Amino acid sequence: MQFPENLKYTKEHEWIKIEDDSIGVVGITDYAQSELGDIVYVDLPTIGKTVKQLESFGTIEAVKAVSDLFSPVSGEIIEVNEKLKDSPDLINKDPYGEGWIIKIRLKDLSELNNLLSAEDYRKLIGK
Amino acid sequence: MGFVPNTDEDRQEMLKAIGVSSFEELISDIPPEIRLKEDLKLPEPLSEYEVLKELQTISEKNLDLNHAISFLGGGAYDHFVPSAVLTIISRSEFYTAYTPYQAEVSQGTLQAIYEYQTMICRLTGMDVANASMYDGGSALAEAVLLALGHTGRNEVVIAGPVNPNYLTVIRTYTHPRRADVKLTRFDSGVCDIDDLKSKVTDKTACVVVQQPNFFGNIENVFEIEKITHNVGALFIVAIDPISLGLLVSPGEYGADVVVGEGQSLGIPLSFGGPYLGIFAVKEFLIRKIPGRLAGITIDRDGERGFALTLQTREQHIRREKATSNICTNQSLMMLAATVYMALMGKQGLKEVATLCLQKSHYLAEEISKINGFKLKYNQPFFKEFVVQTPVPVSKIKEKLQPKKILPGIDLSKFDGYGDGLLIAVTEKRTKKEIDLFVEELKNLA
Repeated sequence: MQFPENLKYTKEHEWIKIEDDSIGVVGITDYAQSELGDIVYVDLPTIGKTVKQLESFGTIEAVKAVSDLFSPVSGEIIEVNEKLKDSPDLINKDPYGEGWIIKIRLKDLSELNNLLSAEDYRKLIGK
Repeated sequence: MGFVPNTDEDRQEMLKAIGVSSFEELISDIPPEIRLKEDLKLPEPLSEYEVLKELQTISEKNLDLNHAISFLGGGAYDHFVPSAVLTIISRSEFYTAYTPYQAEVSQGTLQAIYEYQTMICRLTGMDVANASMYDGGSALAEAVLLALGHTGRNEVVIAGPVNPNYLTVIRTYTHPRRADVKLTRFDSGVCDIDDLKSKVTDKTACVVVQQPNFFGNIENVFEIEKITHNVGALFIVAIDPISLGLLVSPGEYGADVVVGEGQSLGIPLSFGGPYLGIFAVKEFLIRKIPGRLAGITIDRDGERGFALTLQTREQHIRREKATSNICTNQSLMMLAATVYMALMGKQGLKEVATLCLQKSHYLAEEISKINGFKLKYNQPFFKEFVVQTPVPVSKIKEKLQPKKILPGIDLSKFDGYGDGLLIAVTEKRTKKEIDLFVEELKNLA
């Protein structure tokens, strides 16, 4: 199971990757997708919505469970992965790549300090 | 009844166990002045046959629709129920107080639900129907909850006269969310479009219209749809399923949610229930729809099968985030509606609707010829209409009821709906019955 070093993680099993101009890409971890099983639907937020750190921005639905999606940081949602509407299973296949969920413009870069490193996250889930 | 399954011996044992010597001692704390000193003044015991006979005599004081001519409506209608409906729903495989949903043991029930959903979709022109809800009122209130949740807005606008009982249910359901329910004027018997425009804003979660409305009048749903969607609100339409034999289906004029009272579809009036809540949505709301949904699938042998589907909306999986707290449906009544619709078919439903339309218009015409009586509204209507009467409606009811004619609903009992007599005419009313009603009204004028 992969947990890339260049990502930051939440205890709720989301990851964030910072791109230039303080834009973050958000998805769920390899561990989260394997625990959920076959993902059948992602309830994506509307673009332009603002969220606070660790606030729910949507839900993810597997065959027999639904989980909230929590934003790793505060900011404005500027893009959602439209491909997930037809192929939610991209999250199962490629959780850190094609299976990204939202892009968010960070409000406060210092919030990243509240997040877990790959190593901390590994410890949290015991892998 | 006098059937207490304790012997004298049992009683002695119980008294002994609690440490008293007699029943008198047990109740010794009750002051003597309030104790009954003699036996209850009850009649002598009767045999089972005598009791049955007496109860039958009492029940004959009821005025039931096998013996009365009913013009009552307002959401519950005296439509004909073909005998096959009761025969089929009474089969032991279906006739149960509990709806078995387990796919392993309930293929028949699940298939019936699936077929019901399909028929409701075809009737309403919508994409998805649920397995049914309790009744028209609770279905409408759930539709409003769906709209509040979906839009994140807090205002509900009621366009025109909607069944006042449904409004009460909406208020009950939305009270904990502090939703603001706004009413519009309907001076001419339909929604006042200018008033509606002034009340629909970007805070409006949904606009609710009843078609035909509570007075039986036909609303300008095309105009109301535009006003609703201009602000991004959901358009909720409460229908009378029989009317869809003739009227354009709500799916065609842009409804997002369609609800309705399904009692007209082969369900007896009883004493106000059990009835049937119809609920259907456009596809984009499929994950917001409340209640059970049956779907079609393939089992491991490749055979067609039916199962509940999209259950992650529901309470047993989604806990506090469920779209609704209903975890059941009105299965037996739903089956009655399914059998009714299957028996009627498209053509049969159209014929029932046409008869309702023609007969109600004949009665309306005849009543408006009577001195002092006139139609309250000058609007197209389906099977119900409001009459202004020269004598109070209560008086009319008082005079006609002993003659076994139920003249309709007294509107003055509802706050804000004006006065008048709300008359419904179904396909069951014969020309003879209608003429008799007119004659009786003439005698009152």
